[in-house]
Amino acid sequence: MSQTTISVENLSKSYQLGVIGTGTFYGDVKRWWARRLGKQDPFLKVGEPDDGNREGDTIWALKDANFTVQQGEALGIIGRNGAGKSTLLKILSQVTAPSRGVVKVKGRIASLLEVGTGFHPELTGRENIYLNGTIMGMNRQEITRKFDEIVDFSGVERFIDTPVKRYSSGMYVRLAFAVAAHLEPEILIVDEVLAVGDAAFQKKCLGKMEDVANHGRTVLFVSHNIGAINSLCNRCLLLENGNLAKDGSTAEVVAAYQSKFYHAVNDLSDLSSVERYGSGKARFRSLELLPVNRQGEAQAALITGSDLKVGLTIESREDVVDANVAIVFYDSTGFRLIDVSTALQGCYLNMKAGQSARVEFQLHDLFLKSGVYFLGLWLGRHNFEDIDGITYVTAISVEPNIDDLKHSINFPGIYQCQFSQQVTVI
Amino acid sequence: MMTIKTVTKLQEEWDLVIRPYRPWWDLRLGELWRYRDLIRFLVWRDFVAYYKQTILGPLWYLIQPILTTSVFTVIFGNIAGLSTDGLPAFLFYLAGNTVWSYFSTCLLSTSNTFTSNAAIFGKVYFPRLSIPVSVIISNLISFTIRLGLFIAFLVYFWLTGAEIQPNRWILLLPVLILIMAGLGLGLGIFISSLTTKYRDLQQLVSFGVQLLMYATPVIYPLSSVQGIWRGLLLSNPMTPVIEMFRLGFLGTSALEPAYLLYSVVFMILLLLAGILIFHRVEASFMDTV
Repeated sequence: MSQTTISVENLSKSYQLGVIGTGTFYGDVKRWWARRLGKQDPFLKVGEPDDGNREGDTIWALKDANFTVQQGEALGIIGRNGAGKSTLLKILSQVTAPSRGVVKVKGRIASLLEVGTGFHPELTGRENIYLNGTIMGMNRQEITRKFDEIVDFSGVERFIDTPVKRYSSGMYVRLAFAVAAHLEPEILIVDEVLAVGDAAFQKKCLGKMEDVANHGRTVLFVSHNIGAINSLCNRCLLLENGNLAKDGSTAEVVAAYQSKFYHAVNDLSDLSSVERYGSGKARFRSLELLPVNRQGEAQAALITGSDLKVGLTIESREDVVDANVAIVFYDSTGFRLIDVSTALQGCYLNMKAGQSARVEFQLHDLFLKSGVYFLGLWLGRHNFEDIDGITYVTAISVEPNIDDLKHSINFPGIYQCQFSQQVTVI
Repeated sequence: MMTIKTVTKLQEEWDLVIRPYRPWWDLRLGELWRYRDLIRFLVWRDFVAYYKQTILGPLWYLIQPILTTSVFTVIFGNIAGLSTDGLPAFLFYLAGNTVWSYFSTCLLSTSNTFTSNAAIFGKVYFPRLSIPVSVIISNLISFTIRLGLFIAFLVYFWLTGAEIQPNRWILLLPVLILIMAGLGLGLGIFISSLTTKYRDLQQLVSFGVQLLMYATPVIYPLSSVQGIWRGLLLSNPMTPVIEMFRLGFLGTSALEPAYLLYSVVFMILLLLAGILIFHRVEASFMDTV
């Protein structure tokens, strides 16, 4: 019989917008005095309207969340930036208190909001394992018992008596995760730690988390990595502007999350308000998608097997040297299907500050089966920098090719391979 | 009746209940005890990290008081000619300095608990109080070293025939240390709780401690102060501590040992108030720090 380990009731958290107070007691008194005299707030920035209730400007980072988590469940939490994921985790890990509501927890919680917390650069790896472990809530005997296992998992045996300030960043992170991974709490909260380390180590981490979940312990996992969520979690929460928008099976919730992007961008000619990452030295300004048929004529919809013309306008703010422009297609589970970039054909983009560039791709014979796919854009230098990245810029719907379709059922799958056949009855 | 019993039983099964506010009396001091290994490692970290990559290492614990005391001896003893109750000036100032420095470092190093640990407090939960408590304990190590230095000089002056009479009041030393630790911790966490919103206090603390030293008989004996000033001086809970320290080790004091009770009561109240406000602030200081 499964047991409820976390029960969240009407959980809400509000933050004050803008600067809280003026930073000094003198400043607050001055503001209070100006108000009393009916004057303008002396700390208001020029051009900012004085709406009179700035003190009352609150934002609900999380609003009336209700859910329970069963023992042994691996629960994924997804949502866009600012949806309230981190706020939820911070409340659960007791870093900050909620504004309203109650959380009840059975068992010990450990959170990996960021690995390596409390590492002291002057101390050796061995010393930091003990320090970090106790910060995370272990006691000395527990750490001593698991010490060899931790060192083994981290793979830094040879440097265990070297101060961690001499470690490479990879070693540092591996050691930190190793400590965290051996906490053995009843409930493990993980936030985006998989962004670190090389592929092999990431795989090891995912394996460790699966291990934790399989041993009857509970895992709460926040990530933008839909692939990782898919492979680890059986249930998912979708947060949207602080509200719990969906709670259900991972496949269901992930599909709902991604379909949001279908409506997110209506006007691809202006990408200025799209959620993005990267240094911003240059930015994608617009995107045009034009399906064309095999004869090169424009089509109203993208049909299995047709070509797709992708036009991109890029504006630079600073000089851009040897950059690669890529477009990426994902399926509804977040799996990367197609990754096309200029660098694949030996072409790199060089721009001076203030220049604009136009990049056009024509993707040939796109034999994607009918369904919804997601498009991402990326500008940068592989392994060096992200200049501008848009994880999901838009969704495109692929329609079945009626001419080819002799059968009315759309069979599952992604790629419609062209084939010939011969059926003989013998 | 049975059902009611079951319901209460179920409610009690939660190990942790997170609410917007904890009742003010819920100080979770038991939790602090469970994290005693953390406190131990924090103390040890402070101590080790203090002299890593320094040439003189732990010697710095000795150089500082000797230099300060020498300056005091020259300026207040020789130039200003302040009374030292007939004691050797160097020993007199070293005594005051040894005691005062423990209190002042405790106060200063706990008064920025929230602001200087914001990064780690924002990532992981552990009883916040373990940071200031560990600071108080690690300061005790440097105090012990300084005390050793003081005793070495005491023995030297005694052997060379100075007028000093160490006596049974020396046994009060653990109580004096406890009072200083409590006062430093109480005031320190009180200030650190207030500085999460207003940084002004932090400015005040660093020179406020210096000013407070002049309101404590560190560089002069209580016996040289008369009238209303004496009353004011006695309201300072550190006054009996310093006077009792001199009484025990050097044999002179203008104060009845009973005055120490005042310091004890003051310390307990201050510490309680400090812990209360500290717990109030720790729940949501991450939002305002």
